[in-house]
Amino acid sequence: MDEAVFLARAQFGLNIAFHILFPTITIALAWILVYFRVMLARTGDASWLATYKLWVKVFALTFAMGVVSGITMSFQFGTNWPGFMNNVGNVAGPLLAYEVLTAFFLEATFLGVMLFGMNRVPGWLHVLSTVLVAVGTSISAFWILALNSWMHTPAGQTYDGAALIAGDWWQIIFNPSFPYRLTHMMLASGLTAAFVVAGLSAWRLLNERSDAAALRTLRVGVVLAAILAPVQILVGDLHGLNTLEHQPAKIAAMEGIWKTQKGAPLVLFAFPNARTQTNDYAIQIPKGASLILKHDPEAELKGIDAFALDAPPVAPVFFAFRIMVGMGVAMFALAWFGVWATRRGAVPARPVLWGFAAFTFAGWIATLAGWIVTEVGRQPWLVTGVLRTVEAAGGVSGASLGASLTAYVLTYGLMLLAYIVVLTHMTGSGGEHAVESAKSAALEGTT
Amino acid sequence: MTFLPVLFTVLMGAAVLAYVVLDGYDLGVGMLMPAADAEQQEVMVASIGPFWDANETWLVLGIGLMLVAFPLAHGMILGALYLPVVAMLVGLMLRGVAFEFRLKALGWHRELWNWLFWFGSFLASLAQGFMLGLYITGFETDFARLGFSLLVAGGVCGGYVLLGATWLVLRTEGALQRLALGWARWGLWWVALGVALVSLATPAMSETVRDKWFVLDFPRTFIVMLLPLVSAAAWLWVWRTTGQLKRGESVPEWAPFAGAVAIFVCAFTGLAYSLFPYLVIDRLTIWEAAAHPSALSAVAWGAAVVLPFIVGYTVFSYRVFRGKAKAGLYGH
Repeated sequence: MDEAVFLARAQFGLNIAFHILFPTITIALAWILVYFRVMLARTGDASWLATYKLWVKVFALTFAMGVVSGITMSFQFGTNWPGFMNNVGNVAGPLLAYEVLTAFFLEATFLGVMLFGMNRVPGWLHVLSTVLVAVGTSISAFWILALNSWMHTPAGQTYDGAALIAGDWWQIIFNPSFPYRLTHMMLASGLTAAFVVAGLSAWRLLNERSDAAALRTLRVGVVLAAILAPVQILVGDLHGLNTLEHQPAKIAAMEGIWKTQKGAPLVLFAFPNARTQTNDYAIQIPKGASLILKHDPEAELKGIDAFALDAPPVAPVFFAFRIMVGMGVAMFALAWFGVWATRRGAVPARPVLWGFAAFTFAGWIATLAGWIVTEVGRQPWLVTGVLRTVEAAGGVSGASLGASLTAYVLTYGLMLLAYIVVLTHMTGSGGEHAVESAKSAALEGTT
Repeated sequence: MTFLPVLFTVLMGAAVLAYVVLDGYDLGVGMLMPAADAEQQEVMVASIGPFWDANETWLVLGIGLMLVAFPLAHGMILGALYLPVVAMLVGLMLRGVAFEFRLKALGWHRELWNWLFWFGSFLASLAQGFMLGLYITGFETDFARLGFSLLVAGGVCGGYVLLGATWLVLRTEGALQRLALGWARWGLWWVALGVALVSLATPAMSETVRDKWFVLDFPRTFIVMLLPLVSAAAWLWVWRTTGQLKRGESVPEWAPFAGAVAIFVCAFTGLAYSLFPYLVIDRLTIWEAAAHPSALSAVAWGAAVVLPFIVGYTVFSYRVFRGKAKAGLYGH
């Protein structure tokens, strides 16, 4: 891989990894806000108003981070990967265009009404605006995951002379991995947002144990996480079986299976060694992988050797997969423990609160790890079987990429630091501003 | 099929024009921040709060349409403008998050975010103008053209300041409104410089453009010569109405903003007329750069259905937030 291709990948990877952090929260947080807003409409209670006002700020902050980092993406698709649009643009382009048309304006416009319009529009219209923001974020996820899934398991395309064009849009959108990937990602967003809500509420309770609103949102986050975590484990497993069917090389890398074999072991932990094509220091369960993936201990599983030059690098996929699963299991356990610890309105002990505060951004780690599994696991392809990554790169010199990469790293570092500091500060103080302004707004409403 | 690329050129042009006018005024307000006191800054920020997210989405639509409809041009143009694009993006990022962060910060933190909001707005505007300069001079980076592009960048910043100031005239009152009237007149000189530079440079750079404007052909020449005339009239209109408002005479407060928008629409139309059908002057036409007709028609149908809704709820949003901006009211 030459330097420019490496820098193009590094830069795009950094951008998209940074960007994905924020939609991962906002997709589901938007629906949690709908819940808060509906509870406010039903009860008219000032504490729900304070809760809504606090979390709407968290949402606005996160959404802004997503918007500005997302604008960057619309430029980099063309500059870093000219070969992507030139080769598969007739399929990828319309999917991206539909995302902008059907989602971005909807979200951004009604976000304005949601944030600033509470005293300017009737209550029902404000509830509707909150719902439309949530609908917008979900539509956005739908289109971008349709495109991403198509890159993994392309279907529905055809050739018209020299150009790849869309044959059947239905097949393109609902390609084989799309239902699994979309569900997996939406649940990941749900879990990430649930832990953000629980973690920041716990942080508030560590500062002020008697904050009833924080205890209530902690409970909301914990219960939501406890419901979603087991579903996610099940869906993740189904997604894995789907991957085995369509991208067996990725599974071989995830499981650390170098050689095609019957009765393949389940490698719990090891150091994959690309030079010797073996696992060093492996801890494994005999026949485990065959049993889990094929439901037959003697079944044959394809190894990396079966794919020759079309196999992904094993180590990053292998490790990232273990980080994702490990985080998932830890989140599952903590969520259920949290349900017990907050039963009947109990305020959990400080170590438990610290646990949730520490897990505030656990969903980010799991999501990024999962993203590395699926994207690195697709290599050397950009679009499986259609377009290789190296064929798509080019256009921009290594020097320009290096300079801009530095600028991005500095900007993103500053943004991320500020984001976390402001978020913890804002929620740690219980959004005292929010409580005050909520009170005055409520007073205005009665006079 | 030759119709679809033309349709997409119009759509892309409309999206870019919408972006320039809409984000132009909020970038302009951002650039004017240091000229106001702390209390006035709150009102200024409040006047753009509900809109800036959606305003920037027009840039994503414009660039997205270019990516989808003219992938060849997207790679060529943005590849050649790579570093100014990065500068613009960094600027847009800084101002976007600074807008949110400043609302939640106090004391010197707030000051810091105010400065980053100003700096980001300025950097993004400067980069956009610089890109326009490089674009119309064919992406060459010799000393003269870089200097020229810097002047165009100054013109675009001035134009955005004009939009921002006239927006504030419309959306604020009292001392801040009087200040904004002065800012608008200052921006007018810069925008005149910018428009003049671009209008002189495009025909100088290309024979095709020269012929379009200066080879007599009735009635075309007559019609296109209306553009500079209307621009000049709009310029005078802004000058006159801001003067009248300053003296307290009865003029609608939207008048200067409408005039500023008219200047932008004329300048944009003139540029579009010069370039058409080229996406890169004398090098790449819209038909050479166009994606496959099947992809274009797939997007065209969606756009036909969805764009009316987008326009509809954008108008709705501006109606909800009409009237004078107040500090704090928007401090969600």
